[in-house]
Amino acid sequence: MIDALGSVGSLLLVGGTSDIAVATARRYLQERPLRVVLAARDSARRTTVAEELRTAGATVEVVDFDAEDPKSPERMVAEATAGGDVDVAVVAFGQLGEPERLAHDPDAVAALARVNYVAPVVVGTVLAERMRAQGHGVIVALSSVAGERPRASNFVYGSTKSGMDAFYSGLADSLAGTGVSVLVVRPGFVRSKMTEGLPEAPLATTPEAVAEAIVTGVRRGRHTVWVPGAMRWIMSGLRHTPRVLFRRLPI
Amino acid sequence: MALTGWGRTAPTPALVERVRDEADVREVLAEAAAGGPGRGVVPRGLARSYGDAAQNAGGHVLDMTGVDRVLDVDLAAAEVEVEAGISLDRLMDLFVPLGMFVPVTPGTRYVTVGGAIAADIHGKNHHVAGSFSQHVRWLDLLTADGQVRRVSPDSDADLFWATAGGMGLTGVILRARVRMKPIESSQTLVDTDRTPDLDSLMTLLTETDHLYDYSVAWIDCVAKGARMGRSVLTRGRFARRDELPARRQADPLRYSGSVKLSVPDVFPPRLLNIATVSAFNEVWYRKAPKRKRDQLQSIPTFFHPLDGVGAWNRIYGPRGFVQYQVTVPFGHEETMRRVLERIATSGHASFLAVLKRFGEGNPGMLSYPSPGWTLALDIPVVAGLARLLDELDEQVVDVGGRTYLAKDSRVRPEVFERMYPRIDDFRAVRARVDPDGVFTSDLARRLEL
Ligand SMILES: Cc1cc2nc3c(=O)[nH]c(=O)nc-3n(C[C@H](O)[C@H](O)[C@H](O)COP(=O)(O)OP(=O)(O)OC[C@H]3O[C@@H](n4cnc5c(N)ncnc54)[C@H](O)[C@@H]3O)c2cc1C
Ligand SMILES: NC(=O)c1ccc[n+]([C@@H]2O[C@H](COP(=O)([O-])OP(=O)(O)OC[C@H]3O[C@@H](n4cnc5c(N)ncnc54)[C@H](OP(=O)(O)O)[C@@H]3O)[C@@H](O)[C@H]2O)c1
Repeated sequence: MIDALGSVGSLLLVGGTSDIAVATARRYLQERPLRVVLAARDSARRTTVAEELRTAGATVEVVDFDAEDPKSPERMVAEATAGGDVDVAVVAFGQLGEPERLAHDPDAVAALARVNYVAPVVVGTVLAERMRAQGHGVIVALSSVAGERPRASNFVYGSTKSGMDAFYSGLADSLAGTGVSVLVVRPGFVRSKMTEGLPEAPLATTPEAVAEAIVTGVRRGRHTVWVPGAMRWIMSGLRHTPRVLFRRLPI
Repeated sequence: MALTGWGRTAPTPALVERVRDEADVREVLAEAAAGGPGRGVVPRGLARSYGDAAQNAGGHVLDMTGVDRVLDVDLAAAEVEVEAGISLDRLMDLFVPLGMFVPVTPGTRYVTVGGAIAADIHGKNHHVAGSFSQHVRWLDLLTADGQVRRVSPDSDADLFWATAGGMGLTGVILRARVRMKPIESSQTLVDTDRTPDLDSLMTLLTETDHLYDYSVAWIDCVAKGARMGRSVLTRGRFARRDELPARRQADPLRYSGSVKLSVPDVFPPRLLNIATVSAFNEVWYRKAPKRKRDQLQSIPTFFHPLDGVGAWNRIYGPRGFVQYQVTVPFGHEETMRRVLERIATSGHASFLAVLKRFGEGNPGMLSYPSPGWTLALDIPVVAGLARLLDELDEQVVDVGGRTYLAKDSRVRPEVFERMYPRIDDFRAVRARVDPDGVFTSDLARRLEL
């Protein structure tokens, strides 16, 4: 249970190897020990992360999760909650996709849509159902500024984020009065595994900064956070930028 | 419907069922058991516990306040048999005029007998009378299997001492037989002493507490430096009839409790800050007499000053507040001083702290009182508070102290385990009488009880 002062007792990381998810767990662990469930594909990195978080004071449970397997979300949530309620669930898995390939390969587009849109909304549905029964809990969904106004350079990714963002924003409203809430997180460019080797966009930030924003957002009961905070105003500007101009922006 | 405790923090929704009798309780219990694992049911009294003890997110909550009949009165033995939802307020209304006072009363009359047993509450007379459960001859407990078990310190003592202080997690207390305290009048005779600092307060209490039935000190926790711990100590006992003024001797047991005014729900989050609280405390300290003897005070004035203002918890605004109550064993006065000092210097405004000297503890597995000092203070919810209190918990647990579950809303589970070394005995009893975990609460989930 999240206690009177906002301290969290158990955390589920869906996409448990994500840099942002791991930074979030570390940030919570700075406050006090807690139970962390890592839901991720079986990999060496998953084992490393589990070890790392144990050392940092967490009680770690590992469960399998593969966004490409339609049966995975239900199984994963059942397993993750078998050991007790989940206070905060972070939906962090996702792929950036390769724009050149996506432009010509319909299968790649379908696959990205499944991982970045279908799986997150299925996970969201199952998590919400479970948390409604619990009567408490917070779902944190990693959206992106790329969903605000998709750009030519990675519009397939942007469109999946746009879709999942709309889903979680609506889910938030549908959960009013149930004790469950949703925090939609919209980071800009984050230096993580996902963006390794890519040229940095303006206002680039870190997984730690996103983690900080998540922890504060959850504590304050926010519904959306932008990271960095200034992104909110920039994107609101960009949303209204005429198309001709927008296309030419170096972003 | 979202429920909270007195501190108005961490609300959670539950199915609240208002019950009137045993049959109703059984019905809800069956429903809760059928509802599948995990969510279950918890009894709730008048919700005067500060945190989440009487909350049960996504499950059932039994509102016991309608189960409130008096079943038997034995004036000669000063015993009453009552249903668990009856309040101490009602007991006083009914029995003070008959010359009986409740054996133990907390700082408010608005608690139920069920809540008093489940938290094994203590009062200003702990040093001479122990806690509430020590005055319970037996209680009827409806356990998860649908049985009603009459338990007492002599009959299934383990279940009795798991239920006393067990925060509603062993079953529903339906009825209890309580030994009352015979009184000749409804007035108390009170001595008041102002002490300039913590040392003189503790010395005075250590040397002379045993001379009084009731004793408690209010400490100014905003005052710093040399004035740290300045306090007002009040101690007393019930007056004999012949100690009343002549005009009152004809009707010595006259009593009226009932609430006056209520605080509206409109206070801004930051109303209480260090400035307003210091100003209040200054006035309060100066107003108290330096030394006064044998002052006659009514029951509400002496025992329940805060009950004069209904719903005063709203003054802390929408974010609510926590009460930090801890005890440290005798010999560790330094720890108590450090706790007080840390809070005084942290800038987290707290009106007054209450300090009391406990007597012996009892076999209650999760019962709070144990020989030593107990300190309680209200603090509004502000950023940084979690860390401060976690740090204080460490100091307290290191010297064998603990926090009080009826007030708690934030202690860390692994620290709690260290504070209550008999937790595994408690778990064993629960596993015996409730193997499927039908009784559960937000508190139970938060602390993995
Ligand atoms: C202003 C104020 C002053 C206080 N002063 C003191 C004090 O001096 N000393 C002290 O010890 N406490 C004090 N308290 C705390 C209070 O006495 C306890 O929290 C008490 O348990 C409240 O009783 P309740 O009926 O409101 O129970 P609730 O708060 O509704 O419930 C408390 C616990 O009792 C359980 N419970 C309630 N009814 C039953 C039942 N029929 N069967 C089984 N379990 C049940 C609940 O499940 C819960 O775990 C104070 C509280 C306030 C608000
Ligand atoms: N980095 C940014 O600039 C940025 C900006 C805005 C939003 N975001 C979003 O933030 C979230 C976290 O990203 P990040 O920066 O932390 O990147 P990351 O470290 O690359 O994390 C993404 C995670 O998704 C997992 N994943 C990918 N495909 C999966 C599948 N089919 N099944 C299960 N898991 C799968 C990966 O796990 P494996 O270990 O199994 O590969 C990987 O750990 C993502 O949703 C991302 O879209 C990122």
